[in-house]
Amino acid sequence: MVEHTGIRVVHRGGSKINFREPVITSDSRFLLCGSGESVKVYSTSTEECVHDLQGHTDLVTGVVLNPSNHLQAYSCSADGTVRLWDFTDGILIKTFIIRYHIFSIHVSEKHVGVLFVVVPMANEKGSELFQLVAVHLPRSGDPEVEVGELSAVLCDVSPNPGAVSFGTGGEYIAAAKGLQLEVFFFKKQKSYRFSLKSGMNKGINNSFTCISCHPKEDCIATGHADGKIRLWRNFNQKKEYTYSTLHWHHNAVNTLRFTPEGTNLLSGGIESVLVQWRYTQENQKDFLPRLGAAITHIAVSPDGSLFCTSHADNKITIILSSVKVSAIIQGLVKDDCVRTDLMIDPRSKALVLNGKPGHLQFYSLHRDKQLYNLDIVQQEYIHEQGVDQFQVVKAAFDTHGDWLATVEERRQKSSELEINLKLWSYDEQTQSFVLNTTVTAPHEDQITAMCFSPSPETTLLVTTSLDGHFKAWLLADHSDTEESASWSCDFVGGYHLLKPGCCCFSADGSLLAFGFQEVVTVWSPTSWELLTTLSQPPGAVRDLCFGRLSCSKYLLGTSTKNQLCCWNLLTCSLEWNTPMDVSLLQADPFSENMAAFCSQSGSTDLFVFKPSEPRPLFSKKALCTGKVERAIFAPRDQMLESSEEYSQWLNRSQLYFLTQHMDLMTFSTKTEEDRLLASSKQLMVDDSVAITPFYLLLGRHKQQQQEKQELLTNPLAERTPLPQGSIAIKELLDTPAHVLPSASFLCSMFVRSLLVSSSSARVEKEPAEEEMKSESEEVDSDGEADLFQPKQELWGSAAQDPVEESGAPVLTKAQERELRRVKKLDLSWLSSLLDC
Amino acid sequence: MASFKPTKIQIYPQLGAKVTQDTLYWKNYKAPVQVKEFGAITNIDFSPLAPHNYAVTASTRIHIYGPFSQEPVKTFTRFKDTAYSGRFRSDGQLLVAGCEDSVVRLFDVSGKVALRMFKGHTKAVHVADFTSDCYHILTCSDDYTCCLWDIPNSTELTKYKEHSDYIRCGATSKLNKDLFVTGSYDHTLKMFDARVQKSVMTMDHNHPVESVLFYPSEGLLVSAGGRYVKVWDLLKRGQPLVSLKNHHKTVTCLCLSGNGQRLLSASLDRHVKVYNTTNYKVVHSFDYTASILSLALAPEDESVVVGMTNGILSIKHRKTSEEKQGPTGQPRRQPVFRVFVKGRNCVPKQDDFLVSKSAKSHLAKYDKQLKRFNVSKALDTALENRKPEITVAVIKELDRRGTLKNALAGRDEQNLSQLVNFLIGNVVDPRFAPVLVTATEMILDIYKAVVGQSSVVDRQLVRLQELVEREIDYQQDLLEVLGMLDTLFASTLPRKEVPCPVLHCSVLVHELVPFII
Repeated sequence: MVEHTGIRVVHRGGSKINFREPVITSDSRFLLCGSGESVKVYSTSTEECVHDLQGHTDLVTGVVLNPSNHLQAYSCSADGTVRLWDFTDGILIKTFIIRYHIFSIHVSEKHVGVLFVVVPMANEKGSELFQLVAVHLPRSGDPEVEVGELSAVLCDVSPNPGAVSFGTGGEYIAAAKGLQLEVFFFKKQKSYRFSLKSGMNKGINNSFTCISCHPKEDCIATGHADGKIRLWRNFNQKKEYTYSTLHWHHNAVNTLRFTPEGTNLLSGGIESVLVQWRYTQENQKDFLPRLGAAITHIAVSPDGSLFCTSHADNKITIILSSVKVSAIIQGLVKDDCVRTDLMIDPRSKALVLNGKPGHLQFYSLHRDKQLYNLDIVQQEYIHEQGVDQFQVVKAAFDTHGDWLATVEERRQKSSELEINLKLWSYDEQTQSFVLNTTVTAPHEDQITAMCFSPSPETTLLVTTSLDGHFKAWLLADHSDTEESASWSCDFVGGYHLLKPGCCCFSADGSLLAFGFQEVVTVWSPTSWELLTTLSQPPGAVRDLCFGRLSCSKYLLGTSTKNQLCCWNLLTCSLEWNTPMDVSLLQADPFSENMAAFCSQSGSTDLFVFKPSEPRPLFSKKALCTGKVERAIFAPRDQMLESSEEYSQWLNRSQLYFLTQHMDLMTFSTKTEEDRLLASSKQLMVDDSVAITPFYLLLGRHKQQQQEKQELLTNPLAERTPLPQGSIAIKELLDTPAHVLPSASFLCSMFVRSLLVSSSSARVEKEPAEEEMKSESEEVDSDGEADLFQPKQELWGSAAQDPVEESGAPVLTKAQERELRRVKKLDLSWLSSLLDC
Repeated sequence: MASFKPTKIQIYPQLGAKVTQDTLYWKNYKAPVQVKEFGAITNIDFSPLAPHNYAVTASTRIHIYGPFSQEPVKTFTRFKDTAYSGRFRSDGQLLVAGCEDSVVRLFDVSGKVALRMFKGHTKAVHVADFTSDCYHILTCSDDYTCCLWDIPNSTELTKYKEHSDYIRCGATSKLNKDLFVTGSYDHTLKMFDARVQKSVMTMDHNHPVESVLFYPSEGLLVSAGGRYVKVWDLLKRGQPLVSLKNHHKTVTCLCLSGNGQRLLSASLDRHVKVYNTTNYKVVHSFDYTASILSLALAPEDESVVVGMTNGILSIKHRKTSEEKQGPTGQPRRQPVFRVFVKGRNCVPKQDDFLVSKSAKSHLAKYDKQLKRFNVSKALDTALENRKPEITVAVIKELDRRGTLKNALAGRDEQNLSQLVNFLIGNVVDPRFAPVLVTATEMILDIYKAVVGQSSVVDRQLVRLQELVEREIDYQQDLLEVLGMLDTLFASTLPRKEVPCPVLHCSVLVHELVPFII
């Protein structure tokens, strides 16, 4: 079998942004965080990703600002390198090769040219012991430098970066592990160890979890697994150290941080409450409750104006120093398992899976951004260990995205299972799903599968359950009553008391297949008649899938005993079968293709085939380690024109799958990569402003105007388009008020300067007149003049006389092309953005 | 930062019929006025003229009632035997009635003595009606014949002898003076045309026909007989359109609502059913105390008049718009609109400094306590609430948080008795039982050590025990009944074979060689 090299398996978004502590830059404009194999730079004001710093070849394990240059940052990675970046321009400056698996990185202002990294004692990945080593960076002009000089500072430290902290201007470094706190003084080259008595016999776990040193005074705050915070003082001697204890958290303190001035101490834990303690007045506390999920890291900007907390649900919250949330950067929420399948919302084309506890998340694959969360359970989440919570276990969309069905369940230790089936209708006005019907206890046992009928005439939902029944739910219309339409049970069926495991509708909705253990039953959903039964023992049916388009006469099924069967529905006989351990069978909704993921000796192989053809279209051995349980074909917004046989199956849709380690992967072809590269070059705009179609439309235009305007000698100084940061504005504000003209006079002028008005174009008219005339002629001859004309009117609407109408800013050819491209862009994300 | 999500109060489905536009319309009648007549009331007919008096035929009299009086405004008593079918002419001036003594009498509404007597039938005449030209009378008799009479010279025009049993109902067309329909105990409906002097259409109802009715358009005909109401399409040669079986005794009377959108049927089973004439679904039903023989609606459905076998005439008048508002004389003063919009539509002026304040969310008392994790207080405030749904929802929420035990424990006698009181009231309610049974078990576990210290609580616990035991017995009985019903159903259902084609013999295994590698 030939392995096709043109198709690569790539990570596509959704990597963890909460793995390590984020860093806020010294001007508080950007936030840096490690995200998988890259470092992402977010704007703190717009929440948009400004740069994606790529270069590492393994997980990024730490990001710190360069203490000697506040526009640079170091990042360390498990690939054994430390890289220095210019994050404002997104450029890699230097690479330091250390050749150790680096777990975390620390810097101090006092130690210029020295990095402190945590590496394993023996240079093995599996090593349990770690040491803190100082790395003296060699001064060299080469972009890649090998670092030879490593000197151990502390032995046996915790790999957790929160357990190491520099104190008062880098005089000492404190590290905690287990029940021991170790402080190393650089001047004396001496370390002191303090240990706590184990409280295990009393049922208390008082081991250290995190540490933070006061920036001004000699004080170390440590967090403990029992929820206590201890403040250590007088620790520069072995005997007479003291500590005081603060206690508010009822579970482990995950992270601690002093503000840069040392006036406040921030702490967070599983309660998802940010606690702000006043230093020296510890009984005064401020709380910021209900942050959504357990706090894993807290970072503070160097000027103390912003805090940010990263959370267990792959989220970074940016908080103002007045303890108010200002922005939220949300990544793809990945639990340890995806209980609901991967789904595609037919409206927004977003990937849908369960996210935060009790929520469904809508994740845009194209923009690698979470669009919104839909609260399914609608209950206050109690952040406490050992509480049984409702979980969203199943969800399904109908073909048009008008209806969403969700199943939530909660299993208590002693009592019975609680199941709710909820049906949500799409509300055009609010652009989101609204709860229509709640069915409590729709089945007596767990629901195993759920699907909507694809036929356009009826709105029908089918659920199967371990209680041996399947139920059909129908939208009942109560046009004669006051109430709106709601769902009710239409039919309850079963087959010889066997437990149904899966269900599938045929593409036109005229047939419905259920897998009742070893038997496949085919029903007619209109009359609820059992049409036929198919079976191919041994092994229970695991997955069922109808063929599409030209292959719609085939029904495919996989069984637990390594069988992939294909039945012909016209003859009701087995067409072919093959021994394969298929863990997942997925049909492409836009073609006849089927994807089968087979697990074989610890790794997964993929076969893409048509049910009617004996040869697979595409196969890939050893795709990834472990079983693939979830995959989905997502439609492309633009079709690819690949003509090669092996990549044709990727033309209309793209296959995404989740590996065992919850990495979202996809297949990419060469043509697609070329296209991506081209578009990324096009979008190189270095600003903190997000690149949106609006930006491309307005921002470029404005920039050009700005450039042209700078050339002209403008008599009015305050008429610069950008008000913030302009020297003229500053001057205006600094000038005493009594020497300025009246405010109303200035105001109208000021406001006019902010508008994209024709008056500014009027100024630039004279130099560019020649060029424009010729251009407008060109445009008239152009076939696309009708598209262009209304835009021109839009810009020129403020102009009074018709002579100046032509002087409105005529777009250049390139801009026009841009406009056309923007017009073609998929703006469906806008709708989802609006209801966030 | 997300705001606190309030406790979800579960909405339980309301039992009983759904409230529809029809139920609202047909319930909008005052309490019935009842008048005792001398015998079974066989016919009620409204006058087409303005005050809409109605003629009630019972025993040997015909009473004419005014729209609001409970005393008859006029009485016709000149019958030798039981009178039948007192009907008004379309101008409201004349009234015709059949009689057990086979004589048909024609009255002037203002007079007393019969103007004409039509003699020719040999047996009781149960139906008498005017034709649409007002000059003829149709009569149907128990001697299996029906006749057309000329009013001016009181002669018999035609006699039709086509039925083979008693003719107990008939209706004349309002659009054509020559057409009429009769229904007989020989199970047939016949449509006659006076121009050809014979029946032009025969329909088989399969039951003795008790009542017939034309639709206003006269394209459809409704007949009632036995338990069935059937609708026939006259334009398709009497093809049956619908057969309705919604009564469990003989249907005796049919009637259309004022706008012709609803069909009413009255039956011996004491019910009046209202059908929608587009889909023939029952949209409403009335209950009466005795078997109903006759039913009539005033024009515009202003009143519903029903006559029963025990001689009671029940009259229901429609509520007027003032009465609809209910007995509260002085309506409560609502705050004026200005109060609600105060300050909302204020536009900030030029120099105003805007302070944005987030809208304060209002939480219920128990939610405020839950937000602060005060579990016992949350339960206390929930118990003060009147609605058991809310209390149960809070108990469920506490159970979900795993703190129900803490909330239930540590109560004094008064608090505990309040709690047990609530349980006694609601624990057997099937909507709340799953939640409250766990709570009850927890209470018994917590307080079993102190049983016997308080007489109040002990008495309540004994009551609770009795209640639960009674409920268990009841459930057991219900299960037994269910078992019996299951066997009954299983034996009545026909056995259906599941089609299972021969599959496994001709399995065509098409090995995919390149697949396996």
